[in-house]
Amino acid sequence: MSVSKSVEVKNLFFKYGTFKGAVNILSELNLDIYKGEFMVLLGPSGCGKTTLLNCIAGLLDLDKGQIWIEGNNVTWKEPKDRNIGMVFQNYALYPSMTVVKNLSFGLKMTGASKTIIEKKVKEVSGLLQISDFLHRKPAQLSGGQRQRVAIGRALVRGAKVFLFDEPLSNLDAKLRAELRYEIKKLHRDLDNTMIYVTHDQIEAMTLADRIAVMKDGIIQQLDIPKEIYNKPSNFFVAGFIGSPSMNFMKGKILSNENIFEIGQTKISLQNYPFINSIGSDTEVIFGIRPEDININKNNVPSLKCKVELIEPMGADTLIWTSIEKKPISIRIEGNKSFELGDEIEITLNITRASIFDKISEKRI
Amino acid sequence: MKTSTIEGPRPKNVSIARIGVYCFLIICSLFFLMPLYIMIITSLKDMEEIRQGNLFYLPKNLSTYAWPKAWGTACTGFVCEGLKPGLLNSFKITIPSVIVSVSLAAINGYALSFWRFKGSYFFFGLCIFGAFIPYQVMIYPLLRIENILGIYSSIPGIVLVHTIFGMPILTLIFRNYYSNLPIDLFKAARIDGGSFLKIFFYVILPMSTPIMIVAVILQITGIWNDFLLGLVFAGRENQPMTVQLNNIVQVDFGVAEYNVDMAATILTSLVPLLVYFFSGKLFVRGIAAGALKG
Repeated sequence: MSVSKSVEVKNLFFKYGTFKGAVNILSELNLDIYKGEFMVLLGPSGCGKTTLLNCIAGLLDLDKGQIWIEGNNVTWKEPKDRNIGMVFQNYALYPSMTVVKNLSFGLKMTGASKTIIEKKVKEVSGLLQISDFLHRKPAQLSGGQRQRVAIGRALVRGAKVFLFDEPLSNLDAKLRAELRYEIKKLHRDLDNTMIYVTHDQIEAMTLADRIAVMKDGIIQQLDIPKEIYNKPSNFFVAGFIGSPSMNFMKGKILSNENIFEIGQTKISLQNYPFINSIGSDTEVIFGIRPEDININKNNVPSLKCKVELIEPMGADTLIWTSIEKKPISIRIEGNKSFELGDEIEITLNITRASIFDKISEKRI
Repeated sequence: MKTSTIEGPRPKNVSIARIGVYCFLIICSLFFLMPLYIMIITSLKDMEEIRQGNLFYLPKNLSTYAWPKAWGTACTGFVCEGLKPGLLNSFKITIPSVIVSVSLAAINGYALSFWRFKGSYFFFGLCIFGAFIPYQVMIYPLLRIENILGIYSSIPGIVLVHTIFGMPILTLIFRNYYSNLPIDLFKAARIDGGSFLKIFFYVILPMSTPIMIVAVILQITGIWNDFLLGLVFAGRENQPMTVQLNNIVQVDFGVAEYNVDMAATILTSLVPLLVYFFSGKLFVRGIAAGALKG
């Protein structure tokens, strides 16, 4: 076993229900998380990411497999003996206790002395800027303050691994961005391993060292955010990551000519980095991100289209047009202006496109 | 057309339906208050006036003869000490029974809703099923068991019986209340290192006040008003107030003293009445707290 691994999930099986109606939520899942790494488990609801996190925390009993944390096999250890801290979506602060008592509860349970508790609580409350309301009850705090306290409660115990279960989902957009920044800073300063569950791809992209994109209990792709964004390994990942999302067109590759054909339109795939050779006339899904389409005047080869809808978003503007009646969005700088019905010519940046097999939905 | 301005308080609408509702409520309350009224005035009359048979009339000569007698000298069987010893017995039975049954049920409900073990649903179902078995079926077996244990006819004996009979419904109440608490709270406490009992005492119990109040009121009134179990299990020295009341009313010799009977009855029902009087609001709030979240 390598020393640098912090959390290892080995061959994990988990199912809900006991008898015939049992549903496999996770089957044969393997995941290694390195020391000090910020790992984000990303996926739509029901994909098993929270179940996986609860298994790592020891809050759910797994059916098969092992969990190792910091070199110890903790598969059947109690949550408190796993060297973890956890932050929940709905804060889960003890409503009858003040902030101080919430923070010190874990230490009190381990039998730490009063001076140590006081010191740690002071340290953490300073770090998270919650010193001003230490003697209030959770009900008297705002959502953002509550989540700070909840993060503090996980920090106080000095755990090696932090687990976050959609911690920002209950906050409004502004607070979410604020706390996201705080969490990132915390990770930079503390150097603990963090495992973060979210369905928000922006959080995943901004926070993660590596992202594990999950669907139906299976890790679809595990990689650094940049790779996941630029080279999604399958159709699901491509569609899930990116906002506004990737444009997709279903068509055929005429292999000998290296051309993608959709209806009457032919697009040259000259510069596309194929990872597999393909047979002729393969049915494919062609994907390209809105920012990889350029609007130009004289460049060749280009496609002619019409501006059908304009969505200004401040920094960027989204132009909607269509190729062969398939709606296509193009992301341009916010200060460029177009009118509805304008004739435009576009070129696709083929090197940055993604092409998937229509049947297996894998990248080709 | 004139311009009209609408202002001022909302005009009152007195509809027939509204009047009907009030009439119904007034009649209902009269109906339920009537026995209490008769009990109080009868207890303040002397026997002569009672014999005249004017049940609803206020007493002509106020007589306080019945109250001290009911309290201190009325005969319950062979002893003539009134209800006084019964009151003490009722307290001796009710207080420990309420404490033991409510605490056990709270822990039961907590275990059944948070520490789900294999078969916990079945166990819960079994527990609820207990609520539907009539007392009479269990009395003799219980009596035999207590005899073997050597606690039959004693305070511990009757406390055990009340605890057993209170368990199904109280467990149901607590479990349903706890099922509505956020499960993450419990998860957080487990990660923080709480054990089974520590999580209960530090985290869950402080959040249980509303349902605690409901359970305690239910148990106090239920146990205080119990007659059958007290008669069978408490033993001659520990007979609760209800049993002694019966003995006063069912006296075989002498004249039936209705005024004493009434005074004794009021005295016996005083505790549950006071409990409802002072905590009725809390009771409703507790019930509502459970209902809203469920």
